[in-house]
Amino acid sequence: MIKFLIKGILRDPSKSIIPIFVITIGVMVTVLISGLVKGILSEVVNKNANLDTGHLKIMTKPYAENKDQLPNDLAILDLSILKESLELNYPNVDWAPRIKFAGIIDVPDKNGETKIQGPTLGLAYSILNTESKELKRLGIESSLIKGEIPKSENQILISDEFANKLSLSLGDEITFFGSTMEGSMVFEKVIMSGTIRFGTPLLDKGSFIMDLSYAQKILDMEDGAGELLGFLDNEIYNPIRAEEIKKDFNKKNINNLDEYAPIMLTLRDQNDLAPTLDLMDLITGIFIIVFVLAMSLVLWNTGLMGGLRRYNEFGIRLALGESKPKVYKFLLIESLIIGTIGSFIGTILGVSFCYYFQEVGLDFSDELAGTSIVMPSIMRAHISIDLFFIGFIPGLISMFLGTALSGRGIFKRETARLFKELEV
Amino acid sequence: MKLTLKIILGFFVSVNLFSQNKTFPTATSVIKKIDFNMLSKSQIINSEMIVYGKRKSRTIRSRGYSEGLNKNFTEYLYPEREKGTKMLRLQDRLWIYSPSTDRIIQLSGHLLRQSLMGSDLSYEDMMEERKLSEIYNATIVGEEKIEDRDVWKMELTALVDDINYFKRILWVDKQRYVPLKEDLFAKSGELLKRISFYNYKKTDGRWYPRKMNYRDMLKNGKGTDFIVNEIKFNVSIPDQYFLKSTLKE
Repeated sequence: MIKFLIKGILRDPSKSIIPIFVITIGVMVTVLISGLVKGILSEVVNKNANLDTGHLKIMTKPYAENKDQLPNDLAILDLSILKESLELNYPNVDWAPRIKFAGIIDVPDKNGETKIQGPTLGLAYSILNTESKELKRLGIESSLIKGEIPKSENQILISDEFANKLSLSLGDEITFFGSTMEGSMVFEKVIMSGTIRFGTPLLDKGSFIMDLSYAQKILDMEDGAGELLGFLDNEIYNPIRAEEIKKDFNKKNINNLDEYAPIMLTLRDQNDLAPTLDLMDLITGIFIIVFVLAMSLVLWNTGLMGGLRRYNEFGIRLALGESKPKVYKFLLIESLIIGTIGSFIGTILGVSFCYYFQEVGLDFSDELAGTSIVMPSIMRAHISIDLFFIGFIPGLISMFLGTALSGRGIFKRETARLFKELEV
Repeated sequence: MKLTLKIILGFFVSVNLFSQNKTFPTATSVIKKIDFNMLSKSQIINSEMIVYGKRKSRTIRSRGYSEGLNKNFTEYLYPEREKGTKMLRLQDRLWIYSPSTDRIIQLSGHLLRQSLMGSDLSYEDMMEERKLSEIYNATIVGEEKIEDRDVWKMELTALVDDINYFKRILWVDKQRYVPLKEDLFAKSGELLKRISFYNYKKTDGRWYPRKMNYRDMLKNGKGTDFIVNEIKFNVSIPDQYFLKSTLKE
């Protein structure tokens, strides 16, 4: 029967070409939009997690309240004790201490006086520690534009844009001028070992990366860190697990009377990510529902038109003795075959476009130039297994629904009128 | 009857005017006297700054030399971390010398608004040496008492654009012509800093506070105490103190 129906579809393309075209377009758009939304969403989540929020983040309570001011005087102290207890209680979480600090990068002339300078944001990551996952997590190697990853503690990586602004070359000695956690002046000569592109305008404007232990030393923060980031198993964010750990940790510390007691936040609690993530999920859901409804209506209409065009065919088949339910059943199976073909082509096209946008991306760096949040400057689509179903199944359902609705006309045909119609 | 009333009214008006003239001198004359007390042709000052941090406090000792309104040189003496750090201000430019790196760094523009060594003072606060009478229009707005001393409450509004604080409210000691308290405002009207002056002593005919507390009102905390251990007015200071080349010496 299937073979017979496929032959019918292939030999008479006029009855399938429009539905296939409609489904193809609809499925392709659904797959493409879903891929883009998912890609942007996961880029935003990963970028925020890796660069700023972690899947979990621990700070002292007063630091958390003023974190935009980078208040390192309120940082976590006795970090090793805290880390030890976390590793014991939550063994599958990787804990990464980090320090953010502000200051000035000053480039000297040949007399050792200021030639050019600029305000900067220092980011201290554990990059010299071979056991640390930070280098891989931050994708530092793949983000290098020039030079190499620091090999000694006084070497730093500067954002490429900032290095160009300061006219720096590899190996140049520059001075970091800032303040310790208690406010004393810090003058530190450092060497630029390379330049990096963070891929987020906020950091690309004027940041540098320094090894954590060296930053702890020059900022008088031995065994201290501004923030302690936690990353779940396989570096994959699991909101339910993150929430469980947060609740458990904060419950244990609820009676801690220390003014500088630690507090834990999840990724969703930071950078206004919760409403962003919820909104994007909602948009994806609404889009798919609207698509299925709209496609069903279009295909219903297409089916009605097709039904009218195939009026005689159904009439002859009924006249030859085929039962109405059988014709209706054939029609539904035929719709499934057409739906499958359209959905298949649409999915392939949608995934292909997604692949293009995954590899090339959409550059929003100009639009995001003035933003103060961690956002990727190049938005990319993301191909995942669910993209192969997200358009395919609604495509199939909408074709089936459309045909089921339009095909009801078969049951309204009267045998007496049928022969009269066939005489014409 | 009308004539009697006019005479009585005239008497009260003239008494009131007389008493106002006696209590409220012109605001300009008051701030000129403040300028006389607080500024001098030159001065050498040994001071310490106590920075009250969130977790601990720090004491920083320094010796400062200033000449006129545009030259200022400060050498930090304590603690070890700051020892040997020098700052030179000429006009509106500031250079900092760090002995650990043997580098001279120039600060300018918005970087001067940063905190000086974690204190509640900014580099700009430290650099501001202009006479109040030249950059502010002053009015006396009332009389109050601060710690049993009679004060005039004065409002100063900026006459120039290049100024750190658009408006100041001063509580000025009526007898000594010195501020006991000062609130500093942004152009938006937001209170940015509060300075309290304590322990005035007379040296070389000038009343000068031996302790000042600066509080950044945008932060929570006790602020920063600036304590004057020794001050000399109108002394001769060799020119070499105000040369950039001598910072490294």
